[in-house]
Amino acid sequence: MINHSRRRTVGAFAFATVGALLFAGCASSAPQEDAESGPVTLTITANAITGGKNAAEADWITDWVIPQFEDAMKDDGKDVTVEFEPQGVDDENYKTKVALDLQSGEGADVIGMDGIWVGEFAEAGYIKPLSEVAGDAVDDWDGWDQIPEAVQAALSFDDERYGVPQGADGRVLYYNKDLFEQAGLPADWQPESWDDVLDAARDLKKLDGVTPIQLNAGTAMGEATTMQGLLPLLVGTGEQVYEDDKWVGDTDGLKDVLDLYKTIYVDEGLGDAVLQQEAAGRDTSFQLFAANQIGILLEGDYFWRSVINPAEGVGTAPMANRDEVVGYTKIPAMKPGSGINDQDFVSMSGGTGRVLNPNSDHPELAWELLAFMNSQEAYQERNATTISITPRNDVNDAILAEDPMLTYVSEEVLPITAYRPPLAAYPQVSTALQQASLDVVSGMSVDDALSAYVDSVKDIVGDDAVAGG
Amino acid sequence: MTTTVTTPAGSAIAPRRRRADDVAGLGKARAGIFVAPALIIIGLFLLFPAVWTIWLGSTDYRLTGLQAASPEFVGLDNYVEALTDPSFWNSLWLTLIFVLFSGIIGQTLIGFGLAWSVRNIHGWTKSLIEGLVLAAWVIPASVASFLWLVLLDRRSGTVNGLLGTQGTAWLIDHPMESIIIFNIWVGTAFSMQLFSSALSAVPPSQIESAKMVGASGWQQLRDVIVPNIKGHILTNTLLITLWTFNTFTPYLVTAGGPNGKTEILSVYIYETAIPGGQLGLGAAISLIMLLINLVIALAYVRVSRGRTKR
Repeated sequence: MINHSRRRTVGAFAFATVGALLFAGCASSAPQEDAESGPVTLTITANAITGGKNAAEADWITDWVIPQFEDAMKDDGKDVTVEFEPQGVDDENYKTKVALDLQSGEGADVIGMDGIWVGEFAEAGYIKPLSEVAGDAVDDWDGWDQIPEAVQAALSFDDERYGVPQGADGRVLYYNKDLFEQAGLPADWQPESWDDVLDAARDLKKLDGVTPIQLNAGTAMGEATTMQGLLPLLVGTGEQVYEDDKWVGDTDGLKDVLDLYKTIYVDEGLGDAVLQQEAAGRDTSFQLFAANQIGILLEGDYFWRSVINPAEGVGTAPMANRDEVVGYTKIPAMKPGSGINDQDFVSMSGGTGRVLNPNSDHPELAWELLAFMNSQEAYQERNATTISITPRNDVNDAILAEDPMLTYVSEEVLPITAYRPPLAAYPQVSTALQQASLDVVSGMSVDDALSAYVDSVKDIVGDDAVAGG
Repeated sequence: MTTTVTTPAGSAIAPRRRRADDVAGLGKARAGIFVAPALIIIGLFLLFPAVWTIWLGSTDYRLTGLQAASPEFVGLDNYVEALTDPSFWNSLWLTLIFVLFSGIIGQTLIGFGLAWSVRNIHGWTKSLIEGLVLAAWVIPASVASFLWLVLLDRRSGTVNGLLGTQGTAWLIDHPMESIIIFNIWVGTAFSMQLFSSALSAVPPSQIESAKMVGASGWQQLRDVIVPNIKGHILTNTLLITLWTFNTFTPYLVTAGGPNGKTEILSVYIYETAIPGGQLGLGAAISLIMLLINLVIALAYVRVSRGRTKR
């Protein structure tokens, strides 16, 4: 009886399999619709959402880009509908979503992306060089002449353009002038060393209910910890995360950086260590700064434009008196002259942009949309309410003068800034760095955190590619 | 197993030579058509993913980068890496603590306690208590976790407001305790319902007899109730253990943090495979987790078998 039933099962299974294959065969031979005839739908996705993260970008896409582009297409006799898929989450979650979309052959036609992801996405084959996706129209685009090579590099990998950058940014120290005044510190503040920053923080500590300084640390904040914490400090010691084909390891510079974290969070309690471990710590730090409860915060110009911006519906933690209360100043090197290239002041820059999805059904139209989004007209419209540094020289010349903060970044910070290495291994090394800062902040000794970090980096890039003893 | 062929009613018309176990008289081919949909579904959604996981677990497949485009076969490397990684053992240890306190002790005992204490109450009080407990079970996990985030918030949390402990970061200072209590709150309703119905099935005559001979409440529980509902206790413990072992909901509250202190196995796999991008390693750990699940299930099956035999 057992034998019978088993044979029967096998028979039935074979039958079922054959049936399924036949069925699949029928399905795949169904007639395919002609891709270029009839109405076409294009989709854009970005980590931006109306009323939330990067609201200005989301509004610009829905209120200007989409209707204008659809009209322009209609004039060409094409019936194109553009849809926007907004996201408003942490960058790490957004990255995971985009990676999964692309991996499964899905996703929007135009995808907003941090330039630092381009390497690993390109190596995975998820994205392809623009000209490979959309043809010669890409190289013929007149916009490239307006975008400096260094800015284009942010969305390039192996000397191929994978996307169009949407701007440049820089990092500074923000400080609350009201709190500085209460602590007897100058409103026009320019620290010249880490010790100057620590001294100011010690003065701020005397104020009640104020966290003197919040320096991004920990894994919960993801890349924000690396870009607005470890890396600007590291370049202030004269080292870089990747130099002479080696990744930073057990070096004096990294040790100094971790020591600073220990001083701020553990030894002197100048920062709130618990905040750095909270799942939504970065948003909380924004809100606390906006509520005059944080004295000094290292952030990018994003913070000025999209977080504490008082304009209606733009900032996620708006400060009505931003322009009077919030000061900004260049990040000092550890000691004067100790930064990379013997600089006194340092910064880090990244770049976001937009890529084309190689799985797009209408790559030529998607490129037309992308080029349209990066036209001079589009950037002027984009900056009508909130100004940011655009990739285009022609637009920057016209608009930046209106915003002293972005002029400051453009004129003072960008010349001294440094960039992350455009290598596929970088995001993993970055995670290891974040873990090291978390270890120190949550009480581990600097030496232990450093050796744990070196072990993980060796696992990622191999023993030979790590600098330091 | 018996080999005697019993002739089912209604099979008399069937020809003599046809096998008697073909009751419906369909023949292999037609019977196959009937089971095919089920087999296809099982194959597609159970068998294929399992085999796929085993294959993935033996590659260095990643979410991004070169290994995403062309993963290489690495044999047992992922398993060796997982089993020699202290963070895996740490995660397994956290999972055991979590299962023991929130599942076995918390949900089972509190569920039983609730069922026991409301068994003689009737009317609206019982409905209210049951309703409240069930509400926790019915509320979607995402909503429940958000409620708890607000409840335990450091700056404006309800708990801090009630206890006067402003500024206590419960999720940072007591992460494991927090998710254990959270999970007990979420899951106790199931145990309560199961024990409620089990208790109502205990013959009242036995309880009455026990009372007549002067058994105390504890003695009634030990000598009358528990022997009667042993089967339910076992089933409940098995289900709760497996559910708690595999639950991912605590991630919504603590995201595995701070610094991995609530990184139970399901969260550890997610962190490794998706944000960490190591899909191959994640698949290997998943398989290890599957094996642990099988061991738990088999252990319970053995215990329950031994029980029925006696």
